[in-house]
Amino acid sequence: MTNSISEFETADTVFIIGSNTTEAHPIIGLKLRRAALFHGAKIIVADPRRIDITQVAKLHLRQRSGTDVALINAMMNVILAEGLEDKNFIAERTEGLEDALPAIKEMTPERAEKITGVPAENIRQAGRMFAQADRASIVYAMGITQHSHGTDNVKALCNLAMLTGNLGKEGAGVNPLRGQNNVQGACDMGGLPNVLPGYKPVTDEAARKVFEEAWGVKLPEKPGLTMIEMLNAAEKGEIKALFIMGENPALSDPNLNHTRHALDQCEFLVVQDIFLTETAQFADVVLPGASFAEKDGTFTNTERRVGRVRQALTLPGQARQDWQIIQDLSNRMGYAMKYDSPRQILEEINQLVPQYAGITWYRIEKKGIQWPCPDTSHPGTKFLHQDKFTRGKGKFHPTPFIESAELPDKKYPLLLTTGRQLYHFHTSTMTGRVEGLEELCPGGSVEINPEDAAGLEIMDGEKVEVASRRGKVEAIALVTEKVPKGTIFMPFHFAAAPANMLTNDALDPTAKIPELKVCAAAVRKVA
Amino acid sequence: MEEIKFTIDGQEVTAKPGQSVLEATLAAGIYIPNLCYDPKLEPYGGCRLCVVEIEGMRGLPTACTTKVTPGMKVRSETPEVHQVRKITMELLVADHPLECLTCSLNQRCDLQKAAAFLGVDQSRLRRSERALANDESNPFFVRDFKKCILCARCVRVCSEVRGLGAIDMAKRGYEAFISPFAGLPIADSICESCGECVDHCPTGALYVRGEAILPGKEVKTICPYCGVGCQMVLGIRQNRIVKVLGDLTYPVNSGSLCVKGRFGLDFASSEDRLKTPLIKKNGQLVEATWDEALDLVASRFKEIKKKHGGQAIAGLCSAKATNEENYLFQKFIRAGAGSPHIDHCARL
Ligand code: SF4
Ligand code: SF4
Ligand code: SF4
Ligand code: FES
Repeated sequence: MTNSISEFETADTVFIIGSNTTEAHPIIGLKLRRAALFHGAKIIVADPRRIDITQVAKLHLRQRSGTDVALINAMMNVILAEGLEDKNFIAERTEGLEDALPAIKEMTPERAEKITGVPAENIRQAGRMFAQADRASIVYAMGITQHSHGTDNVKALCNLAMLTGNLGKEGAGVNPLRGQNNVQGACDMGGLPNVLPGYKPVTDEAARKVFEEAWGVKLPEKPGLTMIEMLNAAEKGEIKALFIMGENPALSDPNLNHTRHALDQCEFLVVQDIFLTETAQFADVVLPGASFAEKDGTFTNTERRVGRVRQALTLPGQARQDWQIIQDLSNRMGYAMKYDSPRQILEEINQLVPQYAGITWYRIEKKGIQWPCPDTSHPGTKFLHQDKFTRGKGKFHPTPFIESAELPDKKYPLLLTTGRQLYHFHTSTMTGRVEGLEELCPGGSVEINPEDAAGLEIMDGEKVEVASRRGKVEAIALVTEKVPKGTIFMPFHFAAAPANMLTNDALDPTAKIPELKVCAAAVRKVA
Repeated sequence: MEEIKFTIDGQEVTAKPGQSVLEATLAAGIYIPNLCYDPKLEPYGGCRLCVVEIEGMRGLPTACTTKVTPGMKVRSETPEVHQVRKITMELLVADHPLECLTCSLNQRCDLQKAAAFLGVDQSRLRRSERALANDESNPFFVRDFKKCILCARCVRVCSEVRGLGAIDMAKRGYEAFISPFAGLPIADSICESCGECVDHCPTGALYVRGEAILPGKEVKTICPYCGVGCQMVLGIRQNRIVKVLGDLTYPVNSGSLCVKGRFGLDFASSEDRLKTPLIKKNGQLVEATWDEALDLVASRFKEIKKKHGGQAIAGLCSAKATNEENYLFQKFIRAGAGSPHIDHCARL
């Protein structure tokens, strides 16, 4: 996030797109709800589904899943046509608007109406409401990124923020909500194939040198493979050994049959986890690690706040701390590691990651600190890009509208989209073991619009089969206006009805994120 | 900001601007009985236990709804004030069940505390318990109508703090009770099971199932679920999490949690946790020692590295692991195994 969670409370206008905030990020959802109810904040929601947060929204745009760029471009079209852009900000802080103009100019609200299904008048209202706000912020989540054109979605949103001067100030900004609790930290720490800790490109020789000196080895000069590419390579035998710590791709990845086949094909698979997950069952060696309640360390939340994790329970059986397992293994492989505690590891991070330089163990005792924090006297950073962008001027990127990789057709006439539910988390490895959560939300359902259901003679609560080109699963039909006609929705948490048997693994060319949010599907009644 | 000086029973006390008489007095370490006051909520003035005398004001104003003004003279311990509070308290406990010893809130109950302070002995009054059956429909918490004193803290938490308003005061006067719209059971309402109302109930009228055990120690940590990263206080007893509260002082969540953080942490003590390393033999995962498991992994990794180079090894670190664990893992893959292939599921 460019800004902070607490800023939502005093937000003026918030544009929520591709984020079911109250269910996926409940405490941010409640701040937005309060901002709307008690402080008059104007909320614009763009989501095909009638999600809870729409109840407090001024405007709900139900765009067809996968047409976000058309919608955002059309909002910008309105803003420019009506002269509502922030001319000073554009002149002083940005460049490249000319290049982005063609895609914006051609997307009139009327044209966008045909593509997105959102009435042109509503698009005009949304554009005006956003541009006329003193401080407007954008909130998005996986509903924006999990598309074959997810990078374009994000760029279009950045364009919108720059066009209206809504970056680098309190209560504004572009705010992606991170899914799992430490996605932010895992990225910060270099858990990515193209960057070293602190987002230093692996291709940057000077950056590599710093780490080579600190770690005493030569480092690979080329970016590695992403997760989906790794699995493909394992399937082809190019990757021989896969070491997975605390992830469950056998349930979270798109096109599960393919993922499971790849895990099965992998010559040597090591899984370190707290449960025998769907993925661990494929492993050659399983190593028992620690749950969050058994470890010391730090997590970084979606607003870049680094906070302390503290050990409350002792480890079960012979399970060990994850850092000790890695260290022990590394030593046995001949690469020496000699840390005596997570604190010592953080000290090394303080040395090597400039954004974390001032975030030391004792300073984050009470409230945590938001990075960047360059030294131990720095208070941390509430919002980014205050006076300038990291790269100098903010750059507009052209974002022409492109359709999703797979659209409904005769054989698979419905558009399937997936998401999260309040009572469950990710692949429900954790929540599935809490009885009450299972009772409130036993899972395995598919939402379908009453009109579609009537056409297929499906009644609420009936068992149906949902099929796509990649597989099929059984689920219970939930007939509801929550989804628009032509769209069906499945949560992806459940092993019994794994929505990801169906989803498409077409990748965004830049971010390599699979298109989990749109694929073509068919539903039929199970006799 | 300017501090405001005023006196309570002759003692000089300072208040911050905007503070109520009750807040400033409690902050100074002087107790005034109160039940509907809650630091997180707007003043309500419902229970009337906090009445005081204020020079120059008529009647007995409630301390929680009266703002301090400079030089204000407040009296909390006059016979008249005491008498009124005592009658109020007697009415409150007249229909409150006498089962403190078995109540999950025993010793932590604000009603008990206030009654003891006022010297109210429950047995003196005609008993008149209400007959509504408990609402047991929620899997995590129970509403025991008999113990409810109608302070509306739960109602106000749900609307003011959660912005939801799942529950409200139904009916008026003696028949009043708290319930979702149309008197439905809580499970059939829009309630999101966050449990925050339960944490603010001053009596045992709202209680979490199985939370009667008092924690032996408290540990502050961060929720393992979503990227909001709420800070929580875990109550631990016999190596189990027996209570979870949001940390009031943390800027991200100021004491609030959602259902997953509040009630979804029991997985840590789940029976099916992995307790030993496992090695696959003839298609079956069988228990092994750490030495066997780590030696096997190390020798296989070394062998693959030697034959095919480091790039034949790949690692996935974790969005659920700590920064330190992720740092170490990528260091191991890059420096130890010599592979560029490191990723995690940020994209999913
Ligand atoms: S549990 Fe949360 S949502 Fe439900 S009534 Fe209580 S405060 Fe409201
Ligand atoms: S249930 Fe508790 S918080 Fe709610 S009105 Fe009754 S006593 Fe007050
Ligand atoms: S308590 Fe809920 S909102 Fe807070 S971090 Fe946990 S899952 Fe997220
Ligand atoms: S605490 Fe003041 S009226 Fe209840």
